[in-house]
Amino acid sequence: MMPDVQEFLQIDAPALLAAVLACAACALVGNFLVLRRQGMMGDAVSHAILPGIVGGFLVAGTRETLPMMLGALAAAALAGLLIEAVRRLGRLESGAAMGVVFTVMFAAGVVMIEQASAGGVDLDADCVLYGQLETILWLAPKGWASLADPAVWAALPREVLTLAAVFALCVALVGLFYKELKITTFDPALASTLGIPAGLFHYGVVLLVAATAIAAFEAVGSILVIAMLIAPPAAARLLTDRLAAQILLSVALGVLAALAGYGAAAFGPMLLGASHSLNAAGMIAVASGLILALAVLFGPRHGLLGRRRAVGRLRDTSGFIAPEAQKP
Amino acid sequence: MIDSMFDEALRILTFRSGFNSAVVVAGTAALGLAGGTVGTFLLLRRRALVSDALSHATLPGIAVAFLVGAALGLPERSLPLLLAGAVASGVVGLLTVQALTRFTRLTEDSAIGAVLSVFFGLGVVLLSVIQNLELGGQAGLKTFILGQTAAMAQGEAIAIGLLAAGAALAVALLFKELRVLAFDPGFAAVQGWPVGALDLVLMGLATLVTVIGLQTVGLILVVALLIIPPAAARFWTDRLPALTVAAAVIGALSGWLGATLSALLPKLPAGAVIVLVAGGFFLLSFLFAPARGLVAAALRQGRLRLTFAERRALTDLLDGRPVEGSVALWLRLRGYIRDGALTPAGQTAAQAAARDRRLWERFLADYPALLPAHANWGVDPIDSVLPGDMVRLLEERSAPS
Repeated sequence: MMPDVQEFLQIDAPALLAAVLACAACALVGNFLVLRRQGMMGDAVSHAILPGIVGGFLVAGTRETLPMMLGALAAAALAGLLIEAVRRLGRLESGAAMGVVFTVMFAAGVVMIEQASAGGVDLDADCVLYGQLETILWLAPKGWASLADPAVWAALPREVLTLAAVFALCVALVGLFYKELKITTFDPALASTLGIPAGLFHYGVVLLVAATAIAAFEAVGSILVIAMLIAPPAAARLLTDRLAAQILLSVALGVLAALAGYGAAAFGPMLLGASHSLNAAGMIAVASGLILALAVLFGPRHGLLGRRRAVGRLRDTSGFIAPEAQKP
Repeated sequence: MIDSMFDEALRILTFRSGFNSAVVVAGTAALGLAGGTVGTFLLLRRRALVSDALSHATLPGIAVAFLVGAALGLPERSLPLLLAGAVASGVVGLLTVQALTRFTRLTEDSAIGAVLSVFFGLGVVLLSVIQNLELGGQAGLKTFILGQTAAMAQGEAIAIGLLAAGAALAVALLFKELRVLAFDPGFAAVQGWPVGALDLVLMGLATLVTVIGLQTVGLILVVALLIIPPAAARFWTDRLPALTVAAAVIGALSGWLGATLSALLPKLPAGAVIVLVAGGFFLLSFLFAPARGLVAAALRQGRLRLTFAERRALTDLLDGRPVEGSVALWLRLRGYIRDGALTPAGQTAAQAAARDRRLWERFLADYPALLPAHANWGVDPIDSVLPGDMVRLLEERSAPS
């Protein structure tokens, strides 16, 4: 049983577009988190923006995107400052500093939601955690033929347009500052001696991650944002040693996860004869996890099996194993 | 109305407001206590965020356990089964983090991020399956995500309290072993301590605290119970026994006050309130703790600067250079100068400062490698830092000939 074309274009196409764009943008910037050992920054930021979202919502009184996004951006900046303050002034390790700041901010957001819901406001933590991929609708297209009409494309849902803009911004910034990002990521000391402000790029990366996470969370939820910031770049890191290849590969894997995850969530149960669909954001996260698992197992040089084969080859040719080859 | 609320608060805080709420409040306090004690060692072992992966990874286990219970035809939701599922998938998540860090080139932060989001995503998918199956009792599953003390039955609260007390007791019994593990695992291994097994025990205790905290605080915030109390206690002391006790007290107070507040006021979810109370304790400690708090550090710094400026001004005066501005005012207040000239008391102090400076300079020139790390040279009187025979030696060497 296949859904008809109009239904696909109106319901599934915009959700798929949003998921693909969100995953591509997150995977792109996530590379620098993974390489800078800041993987938990995405986690911290996407939890810490909750009070900002609720605050923006309460101040504006509507579910408009702009005030919520501004609030989220302010909260992300505040979280970054607080984490840095606690880490430096309090001399705590960065993991603990993040843990303190993001849990307290998330808790504040939860309390704000509960208090607001007393006044009959419909906003809950669920939509922040899981997103609302299923509610993104594109009512303009009536069939394949209508896609030729520019007016139909102009009527794309706002979430998709926002995500497209953010993805374009990420691509532009990473392309423009590729050399600087590369040097500051791998050798900040060298970068400083070359006159490249490594500290500035550190904050730049964090800010870009925050902006991407904020744009993406509305459509796909914070859990998927965290998954996409980490899993595709981590998988790509196991498949290649070159930065440019890793970035391209991570974006491709992110898109693959989005397509496979959404397909499995929307059409999988139907194929099995069930009438309901599954949570798409969760399923995309699971798909990215599977991709990472495959990379861990079968990566040609850094995967577990690939390394075992390399060690075996060494043993065959030389009769002994160099000490370095034994270590992972 | 305020009065009656205050009375009510007092009754809950002192466990007199009915047996049930007293049990819930006491159970939550015990949970905070266990979180503080276990978390202390996680913090020192730099494993604080690993427990975040652990807590998020419990969700698929809970969902699977629910499905298994439904398939077996168990009535409603059976808590022990759900928590057993939580333990199982939490441990799988934990082992995945360790395997990813150990056997691949991925760093720990990436491993944690990947595990927590993918496992949580799987849990969300399974929850949507459960939703579609339209089984009874599924509404309770969502409370595991954000927590709810109101959902806690008396028996559950007692069980939580007992298990939490057990976790704290285990830390007390293994104190020496965990201490070696936290500060020098390499040394511990060389000395023949079972480091791997101890690490497992520590992570097992963290799992226990996480799982019994799921219901009260919820799986997103339960990590705060393990991180915030020890992080706050860190500002109060540098000694491990005191640190552990302080973290336990802060954790217990957070649980106790948080559960009371959420029982007292409407629309305050217990988990979030407990975390906010703990955050309040952290802020207080961060600012005002005497050992490492910001205010204390600023005061120490200010006093140091003032002493330094005072001693320099005194030696300047002794050498006949005039001193002006706020330092002069300060010296007048101290009674060291009058009408621009040193008083007898000022003369004594200036001579002592000049001698200190002369001896310190000699010491730094002759024995730069021997400088004690904790000394503020140029400020601390040299007699209180260096041993007497060294001071005599320096005096002989620096005597004007």
